[in-house]
Amino acid sequence: MTLIDLANPTRFLALTARLLPWLVAATAILLAVGLYQSAMAPDDYQQGATVKIMFIHVPNAWLSMFVWGVMSIAALGTLVWRHPLADVAAKAAAPLGAAFTFLALVTGSLWGRPMWGTYWEWDARLTSVLILFLMYLGLIALWRSVEDPSRAARAAAVLTLVGAINLPIIKFSVDWWNTLHQPASVMRMGGSTLDRAFLIPLLVMAVAFSLLFLTLHLAAMRNEILRRRVRTMEMIHVAQAGQRAG
Amino acid sequence: MSALSALIRRDIRIALRVGGGALIGVFFFLTVVVLMPFAIGPDLALLARLGPAILWLGALLASLLTLDRLFTADHDDGSLDLITMSRTPLELSCAAKALAHWLAAGLPLVIATPILGLLLNLDARATAAIALTLLAGTPALTFIGMIGAALAVTLHRGGLLLAVLVLPLSIPVLIFGVAASEAAITEPMSFGAPFSILCALSLFGLIVGPFAAAASLRHGLD
Repeated sequence: MTLIDLANPTRFLALTARLLPWLVAATAILLAVGLYQSAMAPDDYQQGATVKIMFIHVPNAWLSMFVWGVMSIAALGTLVWRHPLADVAAKAAAPLGAAFTFLALVTGSLWGRPMWGTYWEWDARLTSVLILFLMYLGLIALWRSVEDPSRAARAAAVLTLVGAINLPIIKFSVDWWNTLHQPASVMRMGGSTLDRAFLIPLLVMAVAFSLLFLTLHLAAMRNEILRRRVRTMEMIHVAQAGQRAG
Repeated sequence: MSALSALIRRDIRIALRVGGGALIGVFFFLTVVVLMPFAIGPDLALLARLGPAILWLGALLASLLTLDRLFTADHDDGSLDLITMSRTPLELSCAAKALAHWLAAGLPLVIATPILGLLLNLDARATAAIALTLLAGTPALTFIGMIGAALAVTLHRGGLLLAVLVLPLSIPVLIFGVAASEAAITEPMSFGAPFSILCALSLFGLIVGPFAAAASLRHGLD
């Protein structure tokens, strides 16, 4: 089944209806395994037990950028390939991405208090993620401000693509500027510098969070398709009532 | 080519005539800069130290205010549809409109800077540096802001949404503008590096802005 077969909303709804229970189960299992491994991980020699915030903070941060990437591909799908469900995917992903970014900021802030002595610091990584959060909010505002879904989709697609410039800035901000936030230790040239005792739970949690996003995203897409059907039916109903009256 | 120059001339003429974008932007700039000492206090040394930041924030907010006018006036009387349907590529028309907007609304901000520098106790060197960075940075603000203006064109009260969309994109311009100004005032840091990046941002906006704005207009107006 190719991507274009999924372009039919009815087929998409049928497929996701079959797929979602499995995805929910897989997400729950992986989250349980990841959380267990995180709890069992050793204490850091310097940070003690607070290092375990990393197992929630880092996957959230990775996902906040990943979701914008997914939305950018969906934006290309809307503008370039005219895939019928691309705008549904983009609209469903925006609040999820905003939530992940918000959680990354909050967990990072809570981690920063014992580690750096401050809840907030205007360094490059924190600032650029905060800007990412503002851009998510702006995007959601744009979605809500245009009445017609397909016109809103195209406007949001342009804004998503323009905002994608922020992703490399976030990723490389810790290298370009002399900052407080820790530089890259997992996805860098020369391999990870993280010890395996920490790396394994981190990767398991990352996969679990990605599955969580996939599950929530598909569920949100189903809701959006149904919402649009309701809207169309309401419009038809009103038009018919108008015809009967007039 | 003559179509584009006609478009530029028309836009400048409209902006300078109807209670239009040009002067009101400068007045807003003046108002914001005058408001700052009321909030910060009359400490002249502090105001001089904050001078670049105050002037840059004022210029940013003033250009945000006038950006609203860029497309909505034409959209309301139907000329935007004509511009979209004409033979000149929409990207070039958008670039021409942005250029006209910068000449009518951005350049006056730069010209007003020396006067406002006096209000903030800035010396001649600082004022010149800030004016230069504004000259290099206001095109970036206009061209990047054009993207938000095009996205918000069909919304009747899209002014606030425009600000929310444009401000995150203008943050790099603000950062490097203030960094260049401060570098010129305090000796050890180099002025050239942040200033070059500021010019680069303007050039980047010059290219990306018209394309993104044209895409938004094309998709948003049908």
